[in-house]
Amino acid sequence: MNVLDWIVLLGATLGIAVYGWWHTRGRKHLDGYLRGDKRTNWITIGLSVMATQASAITFLSTPGQGYADGLKFVQIYFGLPIAMVVIAAVFVPFYRRLGVFTAYEFLGRRFDPKTRVLAAALFLLQRGLGAGITIYAPSIIVSSVLGWPLNLTIIITAIIVTIYTVSGGCEAVNVTQKYQMLLIFLGLIVAFGVIAAKLPQGVSLIDAFHVAGNAGRMQAIDHSTNPNNRYTIWSGILGGVFLSLAYFGTDQSQVQRYLSGSSVRESRLGLMFNGIMKIPMQFFILLLGTMVFSFYQFERPPIFFNQAEWQRHVHAPGGEALQKLDDQFSPLHVEKQNGIRDWLNARHVGDKTSEAAAQARIEAAENKVRLLRAEVSKTLTAINAKADTKDTDYVFLTFILDHLPHGVIGLLVTVIFAASLSSISSELNALGSTSSIDFYRSFMKRDGTDAHYVFASKCFTALWGLIALAIAFFFQFADNLIQAVNVIGSIFYGPVLGLFFVAFFFKWIGGTAAFLGAIVSQALVIGVHLMGGVAFLWYNPIGAIACVIFAAMFQALPVVGRSAAKQTMIP
Amino acid sequence: MNRTEPSDSKHEEPPNMPGFRTWRGLYLLVLGSLTFFIIFLLLWSRWFS
Repeated sequence: MNVLDWIVLLGATLGIAVYGWWHTRGRKHLDGYLRGDKRTNWITIGLSVMATQASAITFLSTPGQGYADGLKFVQIYFGLPIAMVVIAAVFVPFYRRLGVFTAYEFLGRRFDPKTRVLAAALFLLQRGLGAGITIYAPSIIVSSVLGWPLNLTIIITAIIVTIYTVSGGCEAVNVTQKYQMLLIFLGLIVAFGVIAAKLPQGVSLIDAFHVAGNAGRMQAIDHSTNPNNRYTIWSGILGGVFLSLAYFGTDQSQVQRYLSGSSVRESRLGLMFNGIMKIPMQFFILLLGTMVFSFYQFERPPIFFNQAEWQRHVHAPGGEALQKLDDQFSPLHVEKQNGIRDWLNARHVGDKTSEAAAQARIEAAENKVRLLRAEVSKTLTAINAKADTKDTDYVFLTFILDHLPHGVIGLLVTVIFAASLSSISSELNALGSTSSIDFYRSFMKRDGTDAHYVFASKCFTALWGLIALAIAFFFQFADNLIQAVNVIGSIFYGPVLGLFFVAFFFKWIGGTAAFLGAIVSQALVIGVHLMGGVAFLWYNPIGAIACVIFAAMFQALPVVGRSAAKQTMIP
Repeated sequence: MNRTEPSDSKHEEPPNMPGFRTWRGLYLLVLGSLTFFIIFLLLWSRWFS
């Protein structure tokens, strides 16, 4: 990065953060601090909901997913529009009528305090871990590629976001997320345009799509019914509906975004906006990854994208083996590149015979490259058993730094930080709200003033900022980051979603039965995860349905069923 | 804490009823966009794979 890149990064990142702090300073009323005085319009809600979900992991990991595996990951979002409709129609009116500050406050009124505490505690555990990941994940990648000190990157990210979130609460989060999201859209469009412009002479955008498609990267839909397959249209629609219902309907970091709407109408429109825009946005990000793949068919990529890890090991004892593998890669890449050019030329003139011959050469070269990369992983592990052999999360950032012009580099690094800050701010805001409303106000101080609870919320938000920072320092990852985030969420979301299903649709089930049902279903989901063999998208429906079934069974027991089912308190 | 805002009332469903009766057009638009994207992706996969 040069001076121009730093000006773009610091100007945009700090500018938005300072604006958010300045615009919302001095909030003293609880409604203002936790719900933005319910003045938010639907555009801000829609952008805020998108920004909360789209963390830096989205923009680092998803293009890497597109590069390595193609478009299949888009299927995970197929359930989202259906979930948006259900949440707008069912969840929003309940929350608004009761005037709750948190989703779990609703459970307390519908059931009892212990059920509220269980759901809130599961949220704090899961989201607290998530906040740590959201700080750590981009920091490790960015610091590694840009050479920044990791701990400093983590600390600076956490401090900036904690300051404006503590200061301005919900409205600060909404205001900053709106501009961060607009910046993100701009960055994505610019990145796509620059990649398209950098394709070699004679290779059009459509050619690039065909090159990626020829390598299996353009297959977006998988019809398989194998439950082991992670991303299929069935797991995407069915499992994805439950994941989205749980995340957008019961996770306070999202609920708080649309609770700040000025009316039911604004909340619903914001959710509908997200329902329409999310899939095209994710498709576009994955497509960026496939475009990077196509680009690297004509330009030699690093044999291993995590260059910091590579440099550490190539200069270590035994590292000459890595250098030899790297030397073998260049001629293979040329072989493959020539095959691709011949394939494209044959396609253009409609020569099927030459096309098939070129295809065979491409596949032969690709097999050799695959074996070579597997050899690189083995050699890294042989040099150092703890070496990180996964590099898909480094693909996009490496491409940005090696091939994009200055200014655009600054813009895209800013996009990554903007995404990081926008997600963390929502998470901290929600963690602070849940701690102060569901625990502190409910059990420790019930008769405080508004100003007292605002102060308590600020303290809890700051405390969670510190906890997330601590988790970020100690968290270790395996596998692709965006998958890790979704797996952790899926383990805890299902039973909580089940509690809300019981609350909305099974009025004859009481608090004790619901509570026990949630505990047993949570144990079941953890057991399924430990056994393995089931894709994580199925954890949500398993947990939610199990919670409903177990709650009904417990309610049928004479001992439990004696406690009367409470009606929802709607005026 | 239980209060309704006057601006909410004309968009509210009756109490205890799921809110699918009003806003049906917009919900169908969202579900229609999902159908459109799935068909688009099927065609995209077929065209470029």
